[in-house]
Amino acid sequence: MSDQPLPAVPYLKVQKDGSPYLEGMKCGQCGSTFLGERNVCSKCGARDQMSPVTLPNSGKLYSYSIVYRSFPGIEVPYISAIVDLDDGTAIKGNLINVEPDPENITFDMPVEVVFDDALGRKDADGNSYISYFFQPKT
Amino acid sequence: MTDAYIVGVDMIKFGRFPDKTVPQIGAQAALMALDDCGLSIQHMQALYCGNLGQASGMVGQRLLQEIGQTGMPVVNVANACATGATAFREAWASVKAGLYDVVLAVGVEQMGKGLLGGAGAKTGIAKEGLLGSGTMPAVFAEAGMEHARHYGTTFEQFAKVSVKNHHHSTLNPKAMYQIETPLEEVMNAEMISYPNTKLMCSVNVDGSAAAVICSEKKARELGLMDRAIKVRASVLASDPWQERDLVMPDVNSCTQKAAKEAYEMAGLGPEDIDLIELHDCFATAEILHYGNLGICKQEDAGRMIDDGEVALGGRIPVNVSGGLLSKGHPLGATGIANIYEVSTHLRNEAGSRQVEGAKIGLTHVIGLGSACAIHVLERAS
Repeated sequence: MSDQPLPAVPYLKVQKDGSPYLEGMKCGQCGSTFLGERNVCSKCGARDQMSPVTLPNSGKLYSYSIVYRSFPGIEVPYISAIVDLDDGTAIKGNLINVEPDPENITFDMPVEVVFDDALGRKDADGNSYISYFFQPKT
Repeated sequence: MTDAYIVGVDMIKFGRFPDKTVPQIGAQAALMALDDCGLSIQHMQALYCGNLGQASGMVGQRLLQEIGQTGMPVVNVANACATGATAFREAWASVKAGLYDVVLAVGVEQMGKGLLGGAGAKTGIAKEGLLGSGTMPAVFAEAGMEHARHYGTTFEQFAKVSVKNHHHSTLNPKAMYQIETPLEEVMNAEMISYPNTKLMCSVNVDGSAAAVICSEKKARELGLMDRAIKVRASVLASDPWQERDLVMPDVNSCTQKAAKEAYEMAGLGPEDIDLIELHDCFATAEILHYGNLGICKQEDAGRMIDDGEVALGGRIPVNVSGGLLSKGHPLGATGIANIYEVSTHLRNEAGSRQVEGAKIGLTHVIGLGSACAIHVLERAS
């Protein structure tokens, strides 16, 4: 078992000092960014032009749904959000610290990326995980 | 290249058949399509069989073990919710290419109840409810809310899609449900994933549909042109790159691409279409495709549903079968069931839900991931 929380997804990285960040892969030819490892750009087809970039921790809400029914054991309701980060990378996650009511949610509302324990979820080996969330920018 | 015609087509009444096997359910529709044109399994030169749930299970061969093992080539097809339409298209292509004169396409599915979507994790921890939702009602809710952000589409307009399609299904004896659902009932039903309530989600059902496709020469030889339906266009598209692809499956650009190519292939435009069966897997999904298929401007989609232009009796009726929302959505069967519905109208055999004077119709399905299949059909005589 790891003595440090593990990243919930491969594109969440943890620096040596323990501070987490999101990493994208940027195409050197067309400039598109992607979440997750890849060698070929699916926009322009360029090969071996990908390099890692640190993604910004702020963006705007693009679209969302408020989820009331999910799989057994998943706590509801929660806001499933699509966010455009400031560099244009699209990312999906939970929007937290907002009452889950359409009245409180506006398109393009500024959000920031925050990192926290993955809702107490542990894997089969008992490892804890760190994940990312969006919350309204203060 | 020869023209290809649908000479026989049918579907079973959708329902729940837990005591039947997938091949048995598929065999029913296959026999019905053969009976529709008076041909036998011995006439068929190939079978294209669409099924998703048992994609590695040789469903087509097992279907022939139910109704006639002639030794014909069998191709088993899986393409998410575009599975049935893809099987049909492969059958069509084989006739167009001159490989065969008469072939059978079958779509079949046996569904469980409950939510569809990526649930668990093989390694690590579950991501559902941690990194948003991968459930289908949520994914299509997010696609609907994208339309809302661009064009101001409202929860009420999305709900009206469900009112319309449930109303249509009261006229279709083959639909799973024939129940009116007034607007307040739709909007006050259990919220699954805002803005999709339970009555705005398609019904998981078992079902099958089948079509016999023939070359023009063979159809004339067999004397089957009277009720034949000409396939004016068959197009399949995958999702072209879009900036939010990785987090937001895109059902729009593949539909726009397929529609453009289908109209070009058919040599006509959206103004020539008399009815449409499109992929209303959720009420939020239907509204996206009015603009994507070119029957109105994107910003007018909400108005189309408000004004009843897409209802039976309106300018361009959409999903008069009741749609996936009420007829039901057996994934692998849906694409051919849509083709059955449009063909039935073109044959003027749709009874109380008949779109009067229908000459040309369009079918559309989306397989998330994504695949879009569009067919343009026309009555031959």
